[in-house]
Amino acid sequence: MDSPKESEIVDKVQNYFKKKNEKSRKKRDTFLKKILGNNNLGDIFFERLTWFFAVLVFFLIIFMGWEMYSHSILSIKKFGWGFLTSTTWDPYSEVFGALPVIFGTIFSSVLGLILAIPLGLGVAVFLSELAPPWLEKPLSFLTELLAGIPSVIYGLWGIFVLVPWLRESVEPFLQNKFPEGPFFQGAPYGFGMLAAGIILSIMVLPIISSISRDVLKSVPDTQREASYALGATKWEVIKVVLSYAKSGLLGAIILGLGRAIGETMAVTMVIGNRPEISFSLLDPGYTMASVLANEFTEATSNLYLNALIELALVLFVITIIINIFARLLVWSTERKWKVKQA
Amino acid sequence: MMKKSLILSLLFAVAFMLPSYGQVKLTGAGSTFDYPIFSKWFDTYHKMTGVEINYASIGSGGGIRQVTAGTVDFGASDAPLTQEQMDAFKKGVGSEVVHIPIIIGGVAITYNLPSVGQGIKLDGAALADIYLGKITKWNDPRLVKLNPDKKLPNKAILVAHRSDGSGTTFIFTSYLTKVSPEWAKRVGNSTAVNWPVGLGAKGTEGVAGIIAQTKGSIGYVELAYAKQNNLPYCDLKNKSGNFVGLSFNTVSDAAAGAAANMPKDLRAVITNADGKNSYPISGFSWVVIPKDIKNRSHAEALVKFLKWAVTKGQEDATKLFYAPLPKPVQKLDLQKLNSITSNGKKL
Repeated sequence: MDSPKESEIVDKVQNYFKKKNEKSRKKRDTFLKKILGNNNLGDIFFERLTWFFAVLVFFLIIFMGWEMYSHSILSIKKFGWGFLTSTTWDPYSEVFGALPVIFGTIFSSVLGLILAIPLGLGVAVFLSELAPPWLEKPLSFLTELLAGIPSVIYGLWGIFVLVPWLRESVEPFLQNKFPEGPFFQGAPYGFGMLAAGIILSIMVLPIISSISRDVLKSVPDTQREASYALGATKWEVIKVVLSYAKSGLLGAIILGLGRAIGETMAVTMVIGNRPEISFSLLDPGYTMASVLANEFTEATSNLYLNALIELALVLFVITIIINIFARLLVWSTERKWKVKQA
Repeated sequence: MMKKSLILSLLFAVAFMLPSYGQVKLTGAGSTFDYPIFSKWFDTYHKMTGVEINYASIGSGGGIRQVTAGTVDFGASDAPLTQEQMDAFKKGVGSEVVHIPIIIGGVAITYNLPSVGQGIKLDGAALADIYLGKITKWNDPRLVKLNPDKKLPNKAILVAHRSDGSGTTFIFTSYLTKVSPEWAKRVGNSTAVNWPVGLGAKGTEGVAGIIAQTKGSIGYVELAYAKQNNLPYCDLKNKSGNFVGLSFNTVSDAAAGAAANMPKDLRAVITNADGKNSYPISGFSWVVIPKDIKNRSHAEALVKFLKWAVTKGQEDATKLFYAPLPKPVQKLDLQKLNSITSNGKKL
């Protein structure tokens, strides 16, 4: 008889404490909510703020585009698509066609890339695959240092060193070697497409090499190990790594192209500033960014100003398209690795 | 410690601000060509009178836009305003625009022919044909005929010009437009034009750089630059048929020659001017202000300064390689400045 009673008592006591515990837990929870409630607000505030900033960047770009569009409306209305296809740029009679400068921009940039790609990829392969660790750091630092030199310095170097050298030795040599074909016609002035291409190649080299190095470094080591396990030589392994990183490398190159297209000062100092479509590397040319830098300050009439801003808009759109394209390429490679690694 | 230094620095700040308190501060914007003499004037004038003038050398086009928008007290331009710009000015400011010729610049035709030396003679038609690409060799019969005493080499002419919009180009093309009907038809007169031939370079230094490096080249640079760097320059045949070298006197003479039949609004382009000793490629630089200035204290200070600049200030001109305004033009300027009003009332 005694024992059941005893167990009842134990139950009761346990229940009592359970309830008391629950009460105190509730008390504690409400108390905590009271304090932490504020912190939640802080969280929300912080999140919103960062959202705001992130979206702001996006709107900033749209706003810039809109602003340029609305300030070039006169020229857009007057010339329409003809602005992109006509070849006369004449501030006096106010006839504006951008084709020669669009051509010059793309021609000089592509020329710069053709010179920079082997160099940039070579540097990247050496740094990520071959260089001993003690050499890698200082070497990559040095190539990236090239990106920190102000472009006007490149321009001055171009005028005083590169141009005379091209005029006295390189261009006559090229004309002797390749008398036929469109690429080396005309008088060798030194100033012209070739000089612009060489300067641009030096300027985009650090971009191509540093991004390519990062891309190559993120190729999983399993790839290299597997290749070695199959008996591949070093060169064969590098080929495997390069083909694995293809689209990332392409992205790096296109980012370099974006840089080359927007370059202003160094190019305008050596390119000869002549709005003319010619495939000869010795002939002078002109780029969009250079026209803007050259003519904006003294542009007086409204239509002239509008045409210049429309040129800026064209440059803006071309650069954005190229950069989006490059980013997509880099991302698609990264995603591919992640999937493969998983 | 912190507090003490804070208070001290505040005191200093106040002390520096005090002298200029109550003084009018004028602002201007425009021509880069005027900048060297302007900064000299502003400095001297500030020391003399305490009036502070800030100037942004953003280019003539920018200066005209700023003064039209009313953000600055005066603009400075190497080319006179076009009719379109004057209309915009009237709409923006609510008053007519007044052009004040402030200083004179000349344009030198320089070249690189070490075997020939200084003083090749050119006339307007020959110069225009070189820039049109019709005369391509230095030993072209027309150039030889102009220079019977010189041995011109059988060398291709490389034409160099400014690629940036510039007052120098405006003056140069204005001359070519006057002396060559073909240039007037094909190219025209503007701060930047569609050049038939040649290499473009940014700035006077850029043009001088091409010429210094390339044998057989020809180009145009500001008088100041040619004088400072002792570049060889051409003697040009002027309207009276004389070959005239480049100097401050010959440039000023061109302005004096033009002063006789100056238009009422002083928007005179003085290239190819009359006068025995007039150098044919020279031009005014203008300060542009509203005829009626709303703020009276600004109006008084500005007119006073400009009166000083076009008279006494001209003494600084040759030191900075500009040509001074000749007396008749100074007189016209003063007359014009006397006509400036504030809210319809005389100053």
